[in-house]
Amino acid sequence: MIVSFVAALLIGLAAWTGSQAGLQYLFGMALPLLAVVVFIGGMIWRVLYWAKSPVPFAIPTTGGQERSLDWIKPARLDTPMTKAGVVGRMLLEVLLFRSLFRNTTTRVDPQNMRITYFSSKWLWLFALLFHYCFLVTFIRHFRFFLEPVPVCLEWVEFFDGILQVGVPTLFLSNVLIVCALLFLFLRRIVNPKLRYISMANDYFPLFLIMGLVGTGICMRYFDKLDVAQAKVFIMGIVHFSPQSVEGLNPLFFTHLTFLSVLLIIFPFSKLVHMGGVFLSPTRNLPCNTRQVRHVNPWNKPTVFHTYAEYEDDFREPMAEAGLPLEISLEEAQAHDNEKSGKPVEPASAQ
Amino acid sequence: MAKLPKPEELMAGRPPFPAKGWMNTKPEFKAGNFCYPAKVEIMEGMHMPHPHEWRPDEEDWHLPENWEEIIYNGLKERLAKHRSLKVFLDSCVRCGACADKCHFFIGTNDPKNMPVLRAELLRSVYRKDFTLVGKLLGKVVGARKLDKNVIKEWFFYAYQCTECRRCSLFCPYGIDTAEITAIVRELLYELGLGINWVMEPVSNCNRTGNHIGLQPHALKDIIEFLCDDIETITGIRINPPLNEKGHEVLFITPSGDVFADPGIYTFMGYLMLFHEIGLDYTLSTYASEGGNFGSFVSFDMAKKLNAKMYAEAKRLGAKWILGGECGHMWRVVNQYMATYNGPAPDNMITPVSPITGTVFKHAAATKMIHIAEFTADLIKHGKLNLKPERNNHIITTYHDSCNPARAMGLLEEPRSILRAVCNNFVEMPPNTIREQTFCCGSGSGLNTEEIMELRLRGGMPRGNALRYVQQKNDVNWLTCICALDRAVLPTVANYWAPGVTVSGLHELVANALVMKGEIPRTMDLRQEDLPEPDVDESAASGEEDA
Repeated sequence: MIVSFVAALLIGLAAWTGSQAGLQYLFGMALPLLAVVVFIGGMIWRVLYWAKSPVPFAIPTTGGQERSLDWIKPARLDTPMTKAGVVGRMLLEVLLFRSLFRNTTTRVDPQNMRITYFSSKWLWLFALLFHYCFLVTFIRHFRFFLEPVPVCLEWVEFFDGILQVGVPTLFLSNVLIVCALLFLFLRRIVNPKLRYISMANDYFPLFLIMGLVGTGICMRYFDKLDVAQAKVFIMGIVHFSPQSVEGLNPLFFTHLTFLSVLLIIFPFSKLVHMGGVFLSPTRNLPCNTRQVRHVNPWNKPTVFHTYAEYEDDFREPMAEAGLPLEISLEEAQAHDNEKSGKPVEPASAQ
Repeated sequence: MAKLPKPEELMAGRPPFPAKGWMNTKPEFKAGNFCYPAKVEIMEGMHMPHPHEWRPDEEDWHLPENWEEIIYNGLKERLAKHRSLKVFLDSCVRCGACADKCHFFIGTNDPKNMPVLRAELLRSVYRKDFTLVGKLLGKVVGARKLDKNVIKEWFFYAYQCTECRRCSLFCPYGIDTAEITAIVRELLYELGLGINWVMEPVSNCNRTGNHIGLQPHALKDIIEFLCDDIETITGIRINPPLNEKGHEVLFITPSGDVFADPGIYTFMGYLMLFHEIGLDYTLSTYASEGGNFGSFVSFDMAKKLNAKMYAEAKRLGAKWILGGECGHMWRVVNQYMATYNGPAPDNMITPVSPITGTVFKHAAATKMIHIAEFTADLIKHGKLNLKPERNNHIITTYHDSCNPARAMGLLEEPRSILRAVCNNFVEMPPNTIREQTFCCGSGSGLNTEEIMELRLRGGMPRGNALRYVQQKNDVNWLTCICALDRAVLPTVANYWAPGVTVSGLHELVANALVMKGEIPRTMDLRQEDLPEPDVDESAASGEEDA
């Protein structure tokens, strides 16, 4: 955790001081451009890397009743048998975090010899809040890239600021994402299980996002950014005609740097779960494996101990027990005798 | 075997997390916490790589000289073959949702039994060898160099996972630890490291057709012996066909069902049911194993053992296959069989119940249905004359076995049967049944005596839920549809909820089944006196069907 914190802090400091020492173009233009290239290239590479490996077996986790007999109601979304069902399941998973919604906490009480499972939706709630706030914030930022600003963006801003508190209006997403980030961070510190499994690569993205959100909030409410100038600058980058950076808040460059680093590590860290969730074979396949044969591209030829070999092994006792035989004892003996008394070599298993 | 602690001691004595991080702790192998290695001659007989003598509790495991290369290449090959492995290794965010979902974690409190850390054991090596970030930054990003201790850790924890997939249900990305465990076990086998409790049944199954190594004539004898018992109980003689050609149905069930109490009663139940409805079926001594311990070794081994089912259906000219009550058997049959060894032979058709005419369209590719589906359909159509009162002394609960629940979705079929054959059926708490069911603690080849304490720890959540309904609802019976469950749950129940009897579903079906021409029943299938024996209606004999 300390390593991650220090790393994120250094990144922030470097950008903040650097942008005051005349390196605004480095942190405000070169790095973000590089980050976008790395992010897009990296994600394409990552998805291709996954896609290169086939899905040899259909292994969906069934989360409810299968479709078998007409009078038994199947769980169409948790155990989807059809493509449409799978799309439904994936939508629930991606948009509403269906699996996380099942979450429980286990408590073992040795005194009373009892194990209890409590519904535990906090992680689900805050994870959902975090991701949706991030999305809303992301969408709001299109204001800096688009001229004229589309009316739907204004709606998003209107609803995000519906509380009508303060000047500039307080965005709900700002408040909630801070709460969610704190929750996601604190549970890693407070919960002993989480503390034990958490690594630097779990804390680092959290700290980066905290830096990103923190600088953003600062620029909106406190150390205010000249938004008009920032937009001119950003449009300049988008159109590859750099504009003046004079007078832009150093926090702006720090903000951009946090974002850039996040984008750069995205394809090479756990953040790829954004793509991974779509490719998980326990979720994205129909549970119809007895109805439709799933083909494995590397399926090997079937090699097994055949019935003929088995009968060769056990012909005598089988005959004695009156079990039907393909080759009767007499036939087998005649065959043996033909081979000048040599016993028939039992074929090997392979 | 070490002396077992009392249940309350075992529950209270779960150690706290180690002070050191997981990369700096090593498993301690001591008698009772590891499975015995596979015998060299068995490994050789099955043409496994690098068979050798070794012991988990010795320092030197005598790995092949180029073991690092074998693992590197083995992992590389599997990454290229399984998208699941890549996605699962890359996508985990360590949110911890899986952590307390594992029965082994709940039972041992060993952090490496949290599914997330179990996967990190492999993931850390993957990062080091196959990702740029891991190569550059090493331990900071959770990458570690493969060394012999990592191999030992893999062995320790890959055999403390029953591949039950409960964690995969809760994971927001559907990361399936069974997939990770299966691949780690495959990698260990590449180094000649396997366990005997799995390899010996595999070897038996390959040669004799079943895990327990019953030769054809011995199997026939046992079945006849069970038919004697049926005759004693019902007065009806059944002679089940064996290896006969030209029957409509091939019936395959795990060999555990003919081997040991209480599985044998379930097997008797199947035979009584088939006799009563006049099913045109045969058993096979060659394909006398429904289960597939090969699936606990490697995908290839699972395929090899599974191949016999279709081969035998083809040879005998069976139209479809009916499968008995088993857990991991149905993982293989439902999710792998068509892929491994399909398409089904040409002589086979989509299963149709000859009694009700129901077409089992959902098995159109595999041509194989579960006996719970078959019997539930019979009962729904009123084709069975049932006297559930014969089970009135039983207050039963129902244990969903992992694979039919989470790899198949077979939840209501067995319940509908149970409700029809037993008047007292109580569910265990909702977070411990259906798709959230807990493993018996001994699945995936871990049902061996030498790790009894571990098995009871793994069985703790199931045992505790059972204890709960035993105390609350006077439950005295646990019905299940898995041969491994029938073998191990009596032990788990006896430890955590003494006084609860374990049985298969079709034992209760046959208890309740009124057969044409039977004598008044005074005994259940275990030949124990029925509290309310049938009234002798010989005076009013002649009328049969209700």
